[in-house]
Amino acid sequence: MPHIQVRNLSVWFGEHQALKNVTVDIPDRQVTCVIGPSGCGKTTLLRSFNRLLELTPKARIEGSVLVDGQDIYGKDVDVVALRKKMGLLSQKPQPLPMSIYHNVAFGPRIHGVRSKRELDAIVERRLREASLWDEVRDRLHTPASQLSLGQQQRLCLARGLAVEPEVILCDEPTAALDPVSSRTIEQRLRELSKDYTIVLVTHILRQAKRLAHHVLFVYMGELVEAGPARQIFESPSDPRTRAYILGDIS
Amino acid sequence: MTGRRIEESFFRVLMITSTILIAGGLCWIVAVILWRGARSLNLAMVTQLPKGGYYIGGEGGILNAIVGSLLLGFLSTVVAGAIALPVCFMIQGDYAGKGRVAALARLSLDVMWGVPSIVYGAFAYTVMVYVSLGASLLAGIVALTLVQLPIVARAIDEVMQTVPRELKEAAYAIGATRFDVATKVISRQCLPGIFAGLLLGFGRGIGDAASIILTAGYTDSLPHRLTDPVGSLPLAVFFQLGSPDPEVQARAYAAAFILLVIVLLASIATQLFTRRFSRHVVR
Repeated sequence: MPHIQVRNLSVWFGEHQALKNVTVDIPDRQVTCVIGPSGCGKTTLLRSFNRLLELTPKARIEGSVLVDGQDIYGKDVDVVALRKKMGLLSQKPQPLPMSIYHNVAFGPRIHGVRSKRELDAIVERRLREASLWDEVRDRLHTPASQLSLGQQQRLCLARGLAVEPEVILCDEPTAALDPVSSRTIEQRLRELSKDYTIVLVTHILRQAKRLAHHVLFVYMGELVEAGPARQIFESPSDPRTRAYILGDIS
Repeated sequence: MTGRRIEESFFRVLMITSTILIAGGLCWIVAVILWRGARSLNLAMVTQLPKGGYYIGGEGGILNAIVGSLLLGFLSTVVAGAIALPVCFMIQGDYAGKGRVAALARLSLDVMWGVPSIVYGAFAYTVMVYVSLGASLLAGIVALTLVQLPIVARAIDEVMQTVPRELKEAAYAIGATRFDVATKVISRQCLPGIFAGLLLGFGRGIGDAASIILTAGYTDSLPHRLTDPVGSLPLAVFFQLGSPDPEVQARAYAAAFILLVIVLLASIATQLFTRRFSRHVVR
């Protein structure tokens, strides 16, 4: 069964329709890249998966999104539990106003982990997974905002992993980073895709080619084409997809 | 000179003038208070209670007023802060949305800000009479809390509104509840602003005379219970300034100087405190 099933999803912001009747499946434990020009609705689609969309004023959502077969817009859905399942890596790294240690421990702590020893173990393990441990092991209690942007993004990854999600949602996670940091993040995502379902929004085609198992092309709020990466990149069936891949529309 | 240069120097002069006006005004006030009160400033003033005939030039000090003012100012700031914080969390978008409740709350606070403090004094007095309690420390705290509440709440609210949405979303995205976000993220991010708001309230509260004249009463002894009346610096200034005796008038200025020093020390303490706790703030 696909991990996330989107059914007839439409989203409006006030009068503007940002997503038009999108239906698509996101496969389990693979990297699915959402590509398309800026403002086409990629991020909106991503933010509908963890219901962050409803924090945006004037957002209106129709249709359904099923995660593990359950409609997340259904009546008695526990939003907190849903978001715990969905790690988010945003475009600009957003450390919380606390130390490096507490950024990673924040999630486990609000979800009930109290023991210091347990938290220490989680922090170390997740920082290692995000390949940040060696750089920060001696200054875990300094403010997270003092890290470089690249380090902050890896910290955000560690923080997301610490709540043991099933899905990692990435919204152009390397857009604000230097090439070396970008490569590190990409490497981590590739390795993490063995255990997690990853949805990666990107406008960098080469990045999508490097990482994607599966590709969705979104254009002006419409899902134009979805399929295995090789098929989309080598023989797209829709002329708009071909034009985008060739760089004719951007 | 080009137009741009003229514009540049015009605004430069404007800024320098207003800076001088503000700094100069403060210096002037301090100078006058010191000039008129210096001869009455002595150690006994801050260590002793008034002895018989103090207000007609007798021996003693105004320890009663200093302790009273510190109690009134500090306790009312604590109460005002304890009320303002939840109110501020509540009227942020997370809880109240773009709702009318938040707009109404802000409007009410703004109106409260404009109410003269003597009205709060009268109100607190009526309440105290109703519960058969006379002039007391408690009544003074109630009146001063009302005076401070809009100031503290609006100051904190303004800071909380500047918390970036992305920062809150980062917390929501790992499954934080609104309560977690308010108490663990917004409060930390706004800590410097919260302290600044409390200081603003404290400064206003400790210097206010009108609201406590009916409520806190005035006494030459130290309070032992919340229901005891209490002396205060603004009223010590007020009463002594009305005296025809220049010696007593000088004591009023000396009392005003002490009030000024307390507010200054509170500002410095807040600054140090804020610096210590704001290192985690994300910029």
